[in-house]
Amino acid sequence: MQAFLSYSFSLFGTPITVSALLGQGTLGLINGSFYACLSLGLAVIFGMLNIINFAHGALFMMGAFASWMLLNYAGIGYFPALLLAPLLVGAFGMLLEKTIISRLYKLDHLYGLLLTFGLALVIQGLFRNYYGSSGLPYRIPAVLQGATNLGFMYMPNYRGWVVLAAAIVCFVTWVTIEKTSLGATLRAATENAPLVQAFGVNVPRLITLTYGGGVALAAFAGVLAAPIYSVNPNMGDNFINTVFAVVVIGGMGSIMGSIVTGFGLGVVEGLTKVVYPQASATVVFVVMVIVLLTRPRGLFGKAA
Amino acid sequence: MLNIKDLNAWYGESHILHGVDFNVNEGEVVTLLGRNGAGKTTTMKSIMGLVPRREGHVTFKGAETIGMMPNQIARAGIAICPEERGIFGSLSVTENLMLPPIVAPGGLSVDEIYSLFPNLKERAKTAHGTRLSGGEQQMLAIGRILRTGAKMLLLDEPTEGLAPVIVQQIGRTIREIKNRGFTVLLVEQNFRFAATVADRHYVMEHGKIIDMIPNAQLEANMDKLHDYLGV
Repeated sequence: MQAFLSYSFSLFGTPITVSALLGQGTLGLINGSFYACLSLGLAVIFGMLNIINFAHGALFMMGAFASWMLLNYAGIGYFPALLLAPLLVGAFGMLLEKTIISRLYKLDHLYGLLLTFGLALVIQGLFRNYYGSSGLPYRIPAVLQGATNLGFMYMPNYRGWVVLAAAIVCFVTWVTIEKTSLGATLRAATENAPLVQAFGVNVPRLITLTYGGGVALAAFAGVLAAPIYSVNPNMGDNFINTVFAVVVIGGMGSIMGSIVTGFGLGVVEGLTKVVYPQASATVVFVVMVIVLLTRPRGLFGKAA
Repeated sequence: MLNIKDLNAWYGESHILHGVDFNVNEGEVVTLLGRNGAGKTTTMKSIMGLVPRREGHVTFKGAETIGMMPNQIARAGIAICPEERGIFGSLSVTENLMLPPIVAPGGLSVDEIYSLFPNLKERAKTAHGTRLSGGEQQMLAIGRILRTGAKMLLLDEPTEGLAPVIVQQIGRTIREIKNRGFTVLLVEQNFRFAATVADRHYVMEHGKIIDMIPNAQLEANMDKLHDYLGV
């Protein structure tokens, strides 16, 4: 085992060991967890509302801030916040949908994109005004401190927890959409909303709930991110560009596509850090170009 | 049961229905006959609230529904089987069947629907509703609204493009649900089929009802009907 892990070869003139590949690949899963949660929320929202939700990064940031506020203003710790913050931010999302976003459904998609982009700027601006942009600390909960020896690396326990929690939430979301009657109603409304409404389903309310659900996923990722990154108004920006690339690669609106692509691209990014570190920030976009040239609808996209 | 008075409907700038008047009594099967573009499907959609703009009166069991949303009209007890059948490709056959919510007690059970349409039972596991044949999709589109407990059914050209043996099966089904106390408003191009199931026929032209013929007098009015329908 040790011999295998320390086996080394050379690529682009860089010496590479198996243990470095395994280590960075595993760390890549952590970023992948955030990509998966965020792109899943975008996919759910896009499928139902036909809106590319540019406010997603800001809502992710609000999730992190909500957990920081719950702790510092109300003394509510990490684990309750993991449930409460998504509920609070999801409710805020439903309010946005009901009062502002729903006015645009009759217009071109572009207006929804512009509106949510504007909302993102307003939300970020407000948080920057009150909390500055230097970032606030959020401690890792005591039970998740420390690290575990995986043989090829020491895995910080909290980061392992992030991968596990994100995988569970993604799986539950997938089951809800693909295997339950609520999910069947959602899929049907994505295909033909007027007919579903003519069967007696309150489709406008379903749309509001869907937006709230997608936002709650972003906020959940935000809570997971709070102890890893400093909680600051711009923390969504670093993710959101990559996440839009993930959504395009996975195929707009595809649930399974966004989960698999999210985790997968995190790993690809991690491996690139070993093989050719200079490209690690751009590899996702290189993949996007290749996918768009060969499969314009994305890896999991369905033909129109 | 369903009274329609001076119903007007628009798609954008085009005024499609120009004051439609007719009524359907409880337990009746009534057809709307007319050429393509006469406004039959628009009438169905207007009853359901599925047009961008409608005016006039649509009263169902004495209640005015003109200001209601489609979901409220459905909850009042009207169900539609749309012209293009409206089977969802991203849903399995069973999911399609179970999709419309129950709006009132007294709908058919899944077993009763399967005994009306044995094919559906065999195809229940099919992963995509749109993989079914045209006839099977039509059975599914009718079957799923029988479950809901809605007693007023709007069937928009249920026999269009189907093989004669399936048309007969759908005819049997309509007679069977009439016996069970359902009320049916049927849009048909094929008046020979309509004559085998209906009590009365309304003829539409240019967005208006221009005549009503009881089924018993259909033979006597054949020349007039040929003239109306241009056949």
